Amino acid sequence: MVSATPFATHPVVDILRFNTCGSVDDGKSTLIGRLLYDSKSLMEDQIEALERSADITGGGQINLANLTDGLRAEREQGITIDVAYRYFATPRRKFIIADTPGHVQYTRNMVTGASAANLSIVLVDARAGIIEQSRRHTCIASLLRIPHLVVAINKMDLVGWSEARFQEIRAQFEEFLPRLDIKDVKFIPISALNGDNVVEPSKHTPWHPGPTLLSHLETVHIASDWNLNGFRLPVQWVNRPNCPTNSRLHDFRGFSGQIAGGIIRVGQKVIALPAGMTSTVKEIWTLDGSVQEAFCPQSITLVLDHDIDISRGSMIIGLDNLPGANVNLQAKVCWMHPRPLQRGKKYWLKHTSNMVQAVVTEIEHRIDMATLEPQAAPSELALNDIGEIQIRTAKPLVYDGYATNRLTGSFILIEQGTNATVAAGMLMPPHEIVKPENGDYVI
Amino acid sequence: MSNYHLDHLQHLETEAIHVMREVAGEFERPALLFSGGKDSICLLRLAEKAFRPSDLPMPLLNVDTGHHFPELNDFRDRRAVQLGAKLIIRKVEDAIAKGIAVPATGEVGRNKLQIPTLLAAIEEFRFDCCIGGARRDEEKARAKERFFSFRDSFGQWDPKNQRPEIWNLYNARINPGENMRVFPLSNWTEMDVWEYIQREKLEVPTIYFSHRRKCVRRVGQWLPVTDIIPPKPNEEVRELVVRVRTIGDIISTGMIESPAKSVEDIITEIAAARVTERGSRADDKTSEAAMEDRKKAGYF
Repeated sequence: MVSATPFATHPVVDILRFNTCGSVDDGKSTLIGRLLYDSKSLMEDQIEALERSADITGGGQINLANLTDGLRAEREQGITIDVAYRYFATPRRKFIIADTPGHVQYTRNMVTGASAANLSIVLVDARAGIIEQSRRHTCIASLLRIPHLVVAINKMDLVGWSEARFQEIRAQFEEFLPRLDIKDVKFIPISALNGDNVVEPSKHTPWHPGPTLLSHLETVHIASDWNLNGFRLPVQWVNRPNCPTNSRLHDFRGFSGQIAGGIIRVGQKVIALPAGMTSTVKEIWTLDGSVQEAFCPQSITLVLDHDIDISRGSMIIGLDNLPGANVNLQAKVCWMHPRPLQRGKKYWLKHTSNMVQAVVTEIEHRIDMATLEPQAAPSELALNDIGEIQIRTAKPLVYDGYATNRLTGSFILIEQGTNATVAAGMLMPPHEIVKPENGDYVI
Repeated sequence: MSNYHLDHLQHLETEAIHVMREVAGEFERPALLFSGGKDSICLLRLAEKAFRPSDLPMPLLNVDTGHHFPELNDFRDRRAVQLGAKLIIRKVEDAIAKGIAVPATGEVGRNKLQIPTLLAAIEEFRFDCCIGGARRDEEKARAKERFFSFRDSFGQWDPKNQRPEIWNLYNARINPGENMRVFPLSNWTEMDVWEYIQREKLEVPTIYFSHRRKCVRRVGQWLPVTDIIPPKPNEEVRELVVRVRTIGDIISTGMIESPAKSVEDIITEIAAARVTERGSRADDKTSEAAMEDRKKAGYF
């Protein structure tokens, strides 16, 4: 249950990141407003501001959507045009909400909001049932490998709280679920407008055994999303104090980055790529003193035993669970720009801390959102299309399949000239992994 | 460390350090905006965590409105010396004298005049990136802004045309004359900031703690008595036990009555608070879209 104070004063153990998606008018912003309102996470001045705008525009009724629709155009048009982030806490957890819009032209924002999520809420209007948008959002959640999904069947009050309707929609949904990579799905009948089954259980749904949405969010098991197998440190910055007056600092040469996979210990052997040289971890430096061990996703600075050519974009890896390394890559992409993906065009590809030039050599297929079936050999991928492509990079990429590691298996494409981010990419598992050659690991 | 689990502050910390190192790796001439306020105090600690034992690879920049609390400026200067960091200060007064910033008729506040002053500093030092301590939980327009917030050659934010930000892959590419504002604390709440200050035992300016101060009641707030806007004849000056919750210009920062004498007291107070932090900032009350409008004009 929710306490009267929005923040727990005892230590909060973890953070759940979730996003909401659904079509226009499915009530996403209203749902978030309801979660904040009913969990007493709203402050008096926010409620006052809501009431003020209600007097002007809403004929006296508070519009919970005004809480998240922060931009002028959104209030004018009554729609959500960008991802809005909200924060609240209950005694059990801290929550980061990404409210992602349902308008088809803003699907790229859904990808933005959902990419880091532990959980996605797909809202479905009980009157309309499953529509193409619901499929698209679920497909994106599956593609991004968001571990948990909640299908919130909203506006149940408008279908008379009919269990039959709820089961019918659930069946529609479960029909296309086997084609996706989502393991944990929860169906909850709600009315965001009236607050049924959002924070408080509804008296209209004796047939629903629970939980309410909030109690599910508070208790869903988010076993570490982070990959602890196979050490990966993409080097972001080479740490060289160059301090002539301090001999220890003068020789200090550390490699700073956020661990993208696995665990590292002092004395452990590592390989630096693309140099291909092996070395040993001499020190794990942090501001709070050296540590013996560090793990994903900590940010650290590694000092190695040997002088190796390592710079930003290099990857330091462990000797077990070796990654792939190749210039030819296969990936699923979500296209996010009005200018379609063109075969043969050069883009910048950003992968971990590495930036390389890349060219799309083949568009293998495009997923038909109505059927979720791949359509072979399309001529292009347009805005909001999801498909599979082949890419060739100017330099080999050290990577993992996205299914194995979200951080070393993902990339973005950037259009040269405009610098627009045009695609989110998820790499397929590598065909070839890094191999030792005469003691070194040449790629 | 033994169970390979990070708590919420450690998660926010590693995310912010990653963002800062991306800035150091991607930009030629970054700067870190440091006012001496609680958010930028956290930023500085994160910068130390990101870059030590090296020197900070960027100078600190502060736009001094001339209406700052003196305690804040003292703290700012002292902290820069402690860190061995280069501190650049550009004053709104100088910008007004040079005609870069022009006050509207009767405009006393310096909030808007910070914008041209900041943009001129960016141009003067050719900064391609400014790290700021803004948080998404502060305000509705900020809730929509990316970690890496692209600004065109006029310094403008275009909320409808933001670059998608996916996973932790930040697109930092800009063309000459364009600029990036980067907000490592995007996902932090006011509570997180104070809990971090407590965990890291960070010093904060004394005005955050309860003290006696002469105040006048204006537009529903207790404003400190200053020479800039002296009390009007009909206004009653009262000496109260107050502190600041958020710091803006001295003329628009509401003081809250509070007995909080320590970081622990402040955390307890915020936990029970029923108004938001920016509820005490007159500059945000101008209109529903006050922050959005300022950001579009180049505000950080």
